[in-house]
Amino acid sequence: MTNGHDTHSHIVPIKVYLLVYVALLVLLVATVGAAYLPGHHTLLNNVIALTIAVIKAVLVILYFMHVRYSTRLTWLWASAGFFWLLIMFILTLGDYFTRHWVPVLGWE
Amino acid sequence: MSVAVAKHGEVKHNYLNAGDTVLSWLLTTDHKRIAVLYLVSVTLFFAVGGLLALLIRLELLTPQGDLMTSENYNRVFTMHGVVMIFLFLIPAIPAVLGNFLVPLMVGARDLAFPRLNLASWYVYMAGGLIATWAMVNGGVDTGWTFYPPYSSSYSTSQVTLTIIGAFLIGFSSIFTGINFIVTIHKMRAPGLTWFRLPLFIWAHYATSVIIVLGTPVVAITLLLVAVERVFRLGIFDPALGGDPILFQHLFWFYSHPAVYIMILPAMGVISEVVACFSRKRVFGYHFVAFSSVAIAVIGFLVWGHHMFTTGQSVYAGMVFSLLSFLVAVPSAVKVFNWTATMYKGHIEFRAPMLYVMGFLGLFVIGGLTGLFLASLATDIHLQDTYFVVAHFHYIMVGGTIFGYLAGLHFWWPKMTGRMYPEGIAKLAALIIFAGFNLTFLPQFVLGYLGMPRRYHWYPEEWQMLHVMSSAGAALLGIGYILPVFYLLWSLRNGALAGPNPWGATGLEWKTDSPPITHNFEETPIVTEEPYAYENHHQQEEVASGTGASTAEA
Ligand code: HEM
Ligand SMILES: [Cu+2]
Repeated sequence: MTNGHDTHSHIVPIKVYLLVYVALLVLLVATVGAAYLPGHHTLLNNVIALTIAVIKAVLVILYFMHVRYSTRLTWLWASAGFFWLLIMFILTLGDYFTRHWVPVLGWE
Repeated sequence: MSVAVAKHGEVKHNYLNAGDTVLSWLLTTDHKRIAVLYLVSVTLFFAVGGLLALLIRLELLTPQGDLMTSENYNRVFTMHGVVMIFLFLIPAIPAVLGNFLVPLMVGARDLAFPRLNLASWYVYMAGGLIATWAMVNGGVDTGWTFYPPYSSSYSTSQVTLTIIGAFLIGFSSIFTGINFIVTIHKMRAPGLTWFRLPLFIWAHYATSVIIVLGTPVVAITLLLVAVERVFRLGIFDPALGGDPILFQHLFWFYSHPAVYIMILPAMGVISEVVACFSRKRVFGYHFVAFSSVAIAVIGFLVWGHHMFTTGQSVYAGMVFSLLSFLVAVPSAVKVFNWTATMYKGHIEFRAPMLYVMGFLGLFVIGGLTGLFLASLATDIHLQDTYFVVAHFHYIMVGGTIFGYLAGLHFWWPKMTGRMYPEGIAKLAALIIFAGFNLTFLPQFVLGYLGMPRRYHWYPEEWQMLHVMSSAGAALLGIGYILPVFYLLWSLRNGALAGPNPWGATGLEWKTDSPPITHNFEETPIVTEEPYAYENHHQQEEVASGTGASTAEA
């Protein structure tokens, strides 16, 4: 609450960054590889690709963006972003999933 | 208090005379100077948007589309919307008044990230110049809403460039939002607890939440339109396998909350001014504070009310309609509380207060007509008519611009050290009020009768209403030009203001006008609730015979 900054500057060892970087590269290869699996275009394939993407995003947020070492307030804000994403998905899908409940002449 | 000015005269150091080279302005990290940079820029863009509006009203004087081709008419109203929304209404209050006042009000020396603040202005200018470049090189004709597939596949206008401009401007407001959030969390003066914060700060906090959580979505969505347009990648265009309604979801996910980005800061201004010129604390402080937060959150749940007739599921429509009615509640809470604040107050009819009273009436009309539009059945009749145009102008012009002008006059003495001339300022406020209503009241009737928006041909029998509207616009134009002149005039000739010409509470009034570069000689310590007008009447009596406030103690 003072004008000085009370942040605890946590020094992250370079090794951690390098490890995360390697992990991201491995996951990148995995994404590309998964696209060549037989039956790409299937639902399963999408699930695999998205799962890998989420893991990558979490790594970036936690380590490269320092959220792991940050205050609770930062955690709150980071989660708010995902909560808002959820709002977007739920209300948008609420439209898509109910659009055909009322039969419309000429549709399908 | 006024001694400070009297004793040292005009040689006293302040942020304005802290350097007078062009570079000292262009490279400044002082939030107050950046606010001035923004003030000049948004005023210029407002003039551009205003001229485009006058072109629209000139065209609509006659039932025939005789002043310009339909293609050009499309461009004119689109550019009016793009300039007014992205380049004026969204940045106006936060980037000018907010920038200037947030650090002062929380008792800090500057915003948390001064260089990010300067970067925000540069990014804004880059976006604004790109959008201007697009305007003079063919313009845009999609409407400010950029709906595909027209925008992505058919329009031959400068859609991509304009989108890049809007994208950049979005980032400038994200920078501002981040700065406000961190400053309000981290840099409050000792003793300044959350519930001692001025409501202007609460409003800007809520606005920043919306900006930070919503703007990235519209930025990416618009970029996707550009991607579809340039690379023919099917995202929104059905011919390419896309879904145009998906665009509408993503666009309005931001753009409905964006209307609150435009109105919440104005509401913050209203709370400050109404308390000061009623000489009372704001009625129901906690309710007004939390209603800002409620608006920020619930405002994200209602976007589908723009899509009742565009192919959205009726069930989603019902949910969005219900939620839209809910979001009106916190807005109404504020209006009732401001009215209750004025009740039995010692009301002073200064120019800012006139704008506040205009705001109250016009915002109620704008908000209530929003409920007409949020009702599924009536919206079928009203969607895409002038009723919608009138609705949002009542809020954005009658609300946001009135709030902006109220704030600009109220804090003008703080920003410049000079009083504006009261008489002519009041006259301008009255002209603006009259011109505004003459412009937009007939548009409710036109819309109800079926006049669609975005067309320049219309049946003869509506001409009278259109003529009234155009006449009002001319009057409104005069009303807006007046402040430009008398405010500039006051820079040299206005009476010296002294630190606190209104006898107002709040930390920004406890330092010089104009403030020194680091705002306060020493960090202030806060020991009392906000708006303690009734506790100590006129403790901060003002001298210098400036037409300064001397409400009866
Ligand atoms: C009381 C809360 C409000 C409600 C319930 C409401 C409701 C609505 C609805 C249902 C529409 C869609 C009309 C249609 O296209 O058929 C609409 C349009 C609009 N509203 Fe509001 N509104 C509210 C407050 C606001 C505020 C505070 C602003 C601005 C600061 C605003 C600005 C707009 C704009 C710009 C549009 C037109 C968008 C376009 O170009 O299509 N509204 N409103
Ligand atoms: Cu809306």
